[in-house]
Amino acid sequence: MIPYCKIDHVDKSFKRGNTETLVLKDITLEVEKGEYVSIIGHSGCGKSTLLNIVAGLTPATNGGVILEGHEVNEPGPDRAVVFQNHSLLPWLTVYDNVRLAVDKVFGSKKSRADRDAWTLHNLNLVQMTHAKDKRPSEISGGMKQRVGLARALAMEPKILLLDEPFGALDALTRAHLQDTVMGLHQKLGNTVMMITHDVDEAVLLSDRIVMMTNGPEAQIGEILSVPLARPRKRLELVADASFLKCRQRVLEFLYERHQFVEAA
Amino acid sequence: MNMPVAKSEISASIPSAPAAPAAAKVLALPLRQKAMNTRLRATLGKVAAAVIPPLAMIALLMIVWQVLCMRPGATLPAPTKIWSEARDLIVNPFFVNGPQDIGLGLRVLISLQRVAIGYGLAALFGIMLGTLIGQSVWAMRGLDPIFQVLRTISPLAWLPISLAAFRDSQPSAIFVIFITSIWPIIINTAVGIRNIPQDYRNVAAVLRLNPFEFFTKIMIPSAAPYIFTGLRIGIGLSWLAIVAAEMLTGGVGIGFFIWDAWNSSRLPDIFVALAYIGIVGFLLDRVVAGVASIVTRGTAAN
Repeated sequence: MIPYCKIDHVDKSFKRGNTETLVLKDITLEVEKGEYVSIIGHSGCGKSTLLNIVAGLTPATNGGVILEGHEVNEPGPDRAVVFQNHSLLPWLTVYDNVRLAVDKVFGSKKSRADRDAWTLHNLNLVQMTHAKDKRPSEISGGMKQRVGLARALAMEPKILLLDEPFGALDALTRAHLQDTVMGLHQKLGNTVMMITHDVDEAVLLSDRIVMMTNGPEAQIGEILSVPLARPRKRLELVADASFLKCRQRVLEFLYERHQFVEAA
Repeated sequence: MNMPVAKSEISASIPSAPAAPAAAKVLALPLRQKAMNTRLRATLGKVAAAVIPPLAMIALLMIVWQVLCMRPGATLPAPTKIWSEARDLIVNPFFVNGPQDIGLGLRVLISLQRVAIGYGLAALFGIMLGTLIGQSVWAMRGLDPIFQVLRTISPLAWLPISLAAFRDSQPSAIFVIFITSIWPIIINTAVGIRNIPQDYRNVAAVLRLNPFEFFTKIMIPSAAPYIFTGLRIGIGLSWLAIVAAEMLTGGVGIGFFIWDAWNSSRLPDIFVALAYIGIVGFLLDRVVAGVASIVTRGTAAN
């Protein structure tokens, strides 16, 4: 059977002058429809590069990505990205930021009124309708990430790519947003690929955790399935045996077998 | 002492709860009035703080000028002399006494018309060329060195060439405005385009914006603060250039008026004209800055 999304023997190297650095080596990963996959690794291991390859923003040196039977060779709204630093356009209001994406993706398919309704619907999904006329500079970091999420969801992507979406937030806001994302995944059944460096976050949200070895020549070290039933409740999981076991496995991988080494 | 008082207030307000809103309304009105009064006073204070110091300074300078130029043998006229000899120019900017004898306000308007055409063309072509240089590495490599040399040429040095090319003073003056003000617009636009954050480019890529949409929805808003810096420098330079150009090309502009007054030894008139030029230049700068602050609202803050 053909997988929904397949990263097929991807290598990535960067050239600077005469020296060529192999960042990612022979990455192969299959993602099922509706699955939530996290990629975790120390900083500098190339996990963001991998996400950019799936997004089409960075070309792979060898190998490729296949999504629903089509090869990915340029960026597109079917692989919507939520960027780490929100990347909202500061001169547009919250509503207009989402509307820009809606107009571009559904401009020819939906009427003006439908696009307006769809924009508001997506803002409502992330509970941001109240700030729809504000500009990004007038709302908090967590709110900006919510709008970024609404913009990505509004494109109805085949796969949702989250690039450390909660990295720049404080712990409480992060927890709140994780719950939002978990709820939306449950409700909409999106296929999600998320980059993270937070072990608890990976275990809480994911169906599978892809652990990457240290770069250069980073590879997939281990893939861990998280056998926790959904919907998951943050408070109940704190004492859950299989949650703790998964957490333990990831921590062991990151801190014993593939300890972070300072880049030379 | 305070505790029992507070308690009695609470206990008193509970039985008379329905009456409370009415009482609150009566109290609210004078409070709001007071707030408005203080706000008005704060605004007046701000205006006074902005207006009074420059006015005082002008008065002081006038007095010094008056004292220096009242001595016998002074080469320049004192303010009182300017007032008595050039009063018609100061009091009525829009009189018409004949084809060559018109008020300074009208002369300024004629000069402004030339500036509007030349500067408008410079803004249009400047933003287009700046976008090209900012976007394309090869356009930058080819054109940037040429522009860097051309922009150092004095506006008046272009005048003979444009007179030779156009064989008329009106288009020549406009061309001088154009060639003077276009360089800062090109260079600032190019810098603005080059500084579009990669994040915005990524967003555009994911949304698959076409080149036209990218230009109108990402490039122009993102580079707007830089473009307006260029436009502001440009309007200042074109106002500097028009006066010089008109001195040489003649006609009825404010520049030629100065030259004419010098040739007929009407020094007080020149002082009045200088005041006009300065004030109009200041207003032009304010207008462009005002438009900039409206257009770039929200762009700078992130």
